Amino acid sequence: MAGSTGGGETIMATRELAAHELHAHAAPQGFIRKWVFSLDHKVIGLQYYFLALTAVFVGMFLSLLMRIHLIWPNVSLPLVGEIKPETYLSLLTMHGTIMVFFVLTTAPQGGFGNYFLPIQIGAADMAFPVLNMLSFWVTFLGYIVMLSAFFVVGGAPLHGWTGYPPLSALQSAGPGEGPGADLWVISIALFCVGALMSALNFITTTLDMRARGMSMMRMPLTCWAWFITAILGLLAFGVLFSAGILLLMDRNAGTSFFVPLVVVNGQLVAHKGGSPLLWQHLFWFFGHPEVYIAILPAMGLCSQLVSVFSRKPIFGYKAMVYAMLSIGLLGFMVWGHHMFMSGMSPYSAFAFSIMTMAIGVPSAIKTFNWLGTLWGGRIRLYSPMLFAIGFVSLFVSGGISGPFLAQPVLDIPLHDTYFVTGHFHLIMGVASIFGIFAATYYWFPKMFGRMMSESLARWHFWFTFVGTYAIFMPMHYLGMAGATRRYSQFTELAYLRNLIPLQKFITYAAIVTIAGQFIFLFNLFWSMKYGKKASDNPWEATTLEWTTATPPPHDNFGGHTPVVYNGPYEYSVPGAPRDYVMQNDPATVAAH
Amino acid sequence: MASYTPTASLDDPRTSTGGNGHIPPHHHDGDDFGSSFFDVRLRRARLGLVVGLTGIVMIFVSFSSAYVVRQGLPTLDPRTDVLLHDWFPVPLPRLLLINTVVLLISSLTMEIARRQAGRKAALAQLASVPGVSVRAKKGVSWLALTVVLGLSFLAGQWMAWRELAASGFYVASSPSSSFVYLLTGMHGVHLFGGVVALLTAGAASLLRRPADSQAIAVDVTGWYWHFMAFLWVYILCLLEFVH
Amino acid sequence: MGLVLLVIIWLITFISAYFFIAKTWWLPTGASAAAAGIDHHFTTTYILMGIVFVAAQVLLGLFAWKYRDRAGGSPARYSHGNNTLEIVWTVLTLILFVGLNLMSSSIWASERFRPAEPGALQVEVTGMQFAWYFRYAGPDGKFGATNPELIDPSAGGESAIGLDTTDPASKDDVVTGTMYAPVNREVEVILRAHDVIHSFFVPSMRFKQDAVPGLAIHMHFTPISTGDYEIACAELCGLGHYKMHGMLKVVSQEDFDQWLAAREAEKQ
Repeated sequence: MAGSTGGGETIMATRELAAHELHAHAAPQGFIRKWVFSLDHKVIGLQYYFLALTAVFVGMFLSLLMRIHLIWPNVSLPLVGEIKPETYLSLLTMHGTIMVFFVLTTAPQGGFGNYFLPIQIGAADMAFPVLNMLSFWVTFLGYIVMLSAFFVVGGAPLHGWTGYPPLSALQSAGPGEGPGADLWVISIALFCVGALMSALNFITTTLDMRARGMSMMRMPLTCWAWFITAILGLLAFGVLFSAGILLLMDRNAGTSFFVPLVVVNGQLVAHKGGSPLLWQHLFWFFGHPEVYIAILPAMGLCSQLVSVFSRKPIFGYKAMVYAMLSIGLLGFMVWGHHMFMSGMSPYSAFAFSIMTMAIGVPSAIKTFNWLGTLWGGRIRLYSPMLFAIGFVSLFVSGGISGPFLAQPVLDIPLHDTYFVTGHFHLIMGVASIFGIFAATYYWFPKMFGRMMSESLARWHFWFTFVGTYAIFMPMHYLGMAGATRRYSQFTELAYLRNLIPLQKFITYAAIVTIAGQFIFLFNLFWSMKYGKKASDNPWEATTLEWTTATPPPHDNFGGHTPVVYNGPYEYSVPGAPRDYVMQNDPATVAAH
Repeated sequence: MASYTPTASLDDPRTSTGGNGHIPPHHHDGDDFGSSFFDVRLRRARLGLVVGLTGIVMIFVSFSSAYVVRQGLPTLDPRTDVLLHDWFPVPLPRLLLINTVVLLISSLTMEIARRQAGRKAALAQLASVPGVSVRAKKGVSWLALTVVLGLSFLAGQWMAWRELAASGFYVASSPSSSFVYLLTGMHGVHLFGGVVALLTAGAASLLRRPADSQAIAVDVTGWYWHFMAFLWVYILCLLEFVH
Repeated sequence: MGLVLLVIIWLITFISAYFFIAKTWWLPTGASAAAAGIDHHFTTTYILMGIVFVAAQVLLGLFAWKYRDRAGGSPARYSHGNNTLEIVWTVLTLILFVGLNLMSSSIWASERFRPAEPGALQVEVTGMQFAWYFRYAGPDGKFGATNPELIDPSAGGESAIGLDTTDPASKDDVVTGTMYAPVNREVEVILRAHDVIHSFFVPSMRFKQDAVPGLAIHMHFTPISTGDYEIACAELCGLGHYKMHGMLKVVSQEDFDQWLAAREAEKQ
């Protein structure tokens, strides 16, 4: 499995240029410049990744507490004590917020995108390294502010990650709606700023820094995914930011953007005329593209992995690109499907539902193409591929429940039930996490120079694949039976009490699955030190990151800017000496 | 059927099916003769600015849509169960017009500064040719003038806020007054960011950074500044004319 | 490994599908006029989507095993795709998805586009942290005025909704904590909320609608079988969200008239 640096010859830039580039990217010295305020996209990528890693364990711990409380409401837990109903709702709010923002929007894009986009397109770094560094630290600050909400008077907010006013706008509406809620909004605003800065970098880099021969249609699908995700982020995070500013003003400046005249705890509030639906429109205009931001990088990676590990080109590269572009575009036109029951006009609901069904089409195309790539391949079931196949399965499962919810008539019984919770956890939560795991197992050798343990990886895969299905598939049954979301316990309504056995099963599955994640954690850190040493291209893949040294040098290519001759998926080319042709291999593959 | 060709000359990289069948135009990284590294950096910086401005535009698009929606939204009077319109536009202080003129003039001075920095960079490139010497031209610092005008605008906005408050219109007084403070405030914050950028560019000059880096900083800030002026005119029109 | 993957994927698929087909946990029996249409469309959707689900997962598992890398196996098939196939499956998927939606649109239209019938029973449903109150207009057919300043949730009943007892139309308004409705007569609910967003959800009636502060939302449904039906709040409204429940009792028209008359009598 010896790797090679492909054709080897490169076009040298003019002397001044090469010198200038090298000067611009001279390796920093000193711990602070090298690891703390690094301008190197690879270090920044790792910073984002490890931020997300801590966030996911925090998020999982919160969900564990939630699941335990649901089936044993009166139990007093070690460390945490008794979980009151409002505490449950705070756990729920912070679980959702931390997972969506600091895990799903951080690891795939900020983590792996930062690390590998420049390398995969043949660039020495991102377009604006200082901005990149700032975007990480702003995100980190947002994370600290978010966590601090737990420790202020009243604790973390209880209004759900969706933060609907008036509940989220009135300090008196519940415990945690005091300073905790303000910190929550501020944290999100900071996150928005960091995300916008990052999007700027990704877009400029992709458009302007591709190496010679790396046309847009020769980019790996991971790069397309990061690029489209960045465009979505650019257009969506500003809207969330605005909504956050308006909410902060309603909470603290006495304005009434979202709050009509209401009576809370017997007291008339000093607001009037606002519209709770205005928040919902603004939030979901951001919120729907956000779910595509969470899943697109994983889709790009899945395409990459099924191709590499089937030793076949991706089936329908252009269709995959157009599908991702359509998902991005349509993603901005469907937000009303979160609001079918909100009091929005039923005519608008109808329009949104048609668009929503339409967006299922490009997702289906991608699934067909992944299956088409597997078909006729020579599949190597290494751990990245296991997680990629797992991703496809979870994407299908989570996606199939979409057309139920997309039809307003069927949304009537299903909205705000566990059916929705099952749907988005499978397709956004778990599928995206599988993308993160797959990326970790795949790129670990390049980042750390060692292989992760394959046997531990397999244990991790089975625990997680079976476990997450055991947790989230039953939620669809709960939802159909009418089990409402965000209930801290199921003891008060007779029809809900009947569903407690199924809730118990889910909790037991969650405990086992969460336990299985420690296998991954152990594997990750143990392998950094003790893993088998990796060659430059252990997976025999064709994209540019596998042409560099392991780990890549500071400027990624050791002074040699690559020139690209081939597309990213030239596997099993008839007549070629090996079953893969590197992108920078001048021994080219001519047109069909 | 694909065919694999083991021999390809470097001057003539044939493309693969992964591409679109022809050699893609290369305008990357300044490794063609004739386009300089400065051009590449300038282009990249400008592209970054356009992308960044798109993000900022979305913030103001959201505020604008909230503004329009809120105007048209009737509220249910809980006492009478009647739908009322409670939007009464705020009379805008005349001072805002003066501030607008100040900002537009600052855009002019900014443009002069921007072109001046560009010429300085071009001259600096010439200075690398042996036998050519370039003397730094002394004159008005248009950059400093822009900073002064920008700060005057912000001071003027603050005074306009005081005037509004004196007439009884505070942030929470009415839906329309909330939007006046919101839109002018958010614009002011972004303009202040522009002032900081100008000061940074000015510092670059004082610290004798390379002329081309200065030019890029001033160019990008310049376009940002023009955009802020345009955004201000838009906000003023929105507040004044859209009912 | 490939075989294990196939087996596990297929097992998960068939077990999940089993519980859907066996309806072990399912929508409660429909008790409203709209339920039959909604349930029928639900069935259509889940059969069609179920076929897609099973087919995709079965193929996935099959391919993962069948095309595994074996010593001596043939090389992978070098293909960049098939445009015809792309077009075909795109069009088919579009027809399936959009077709499904259009099929349900007539039900949506009849539920939501048209207002309540003229003879419908009007019930004002008010949600507040953490209870539902129901108001009947009484013989005069008019709801009396309410005033937010008069709202006192701790006092329950009329005070909870802030009924203005000085308004003559309020004299015959009946406010209860349990909702009564006569069978086979359309009920028009006028949904309100006092503090935060709530949602009025009656699973058996296939009825759900958010109650939004600042809005009075008119909706309708027709109960078609007598019985007691639980009402759940379906929008996070604060710490008591889980216990904000009510009961809808559907009775015969005579029993309803008797009940209402008894409530009116209590007010004297």
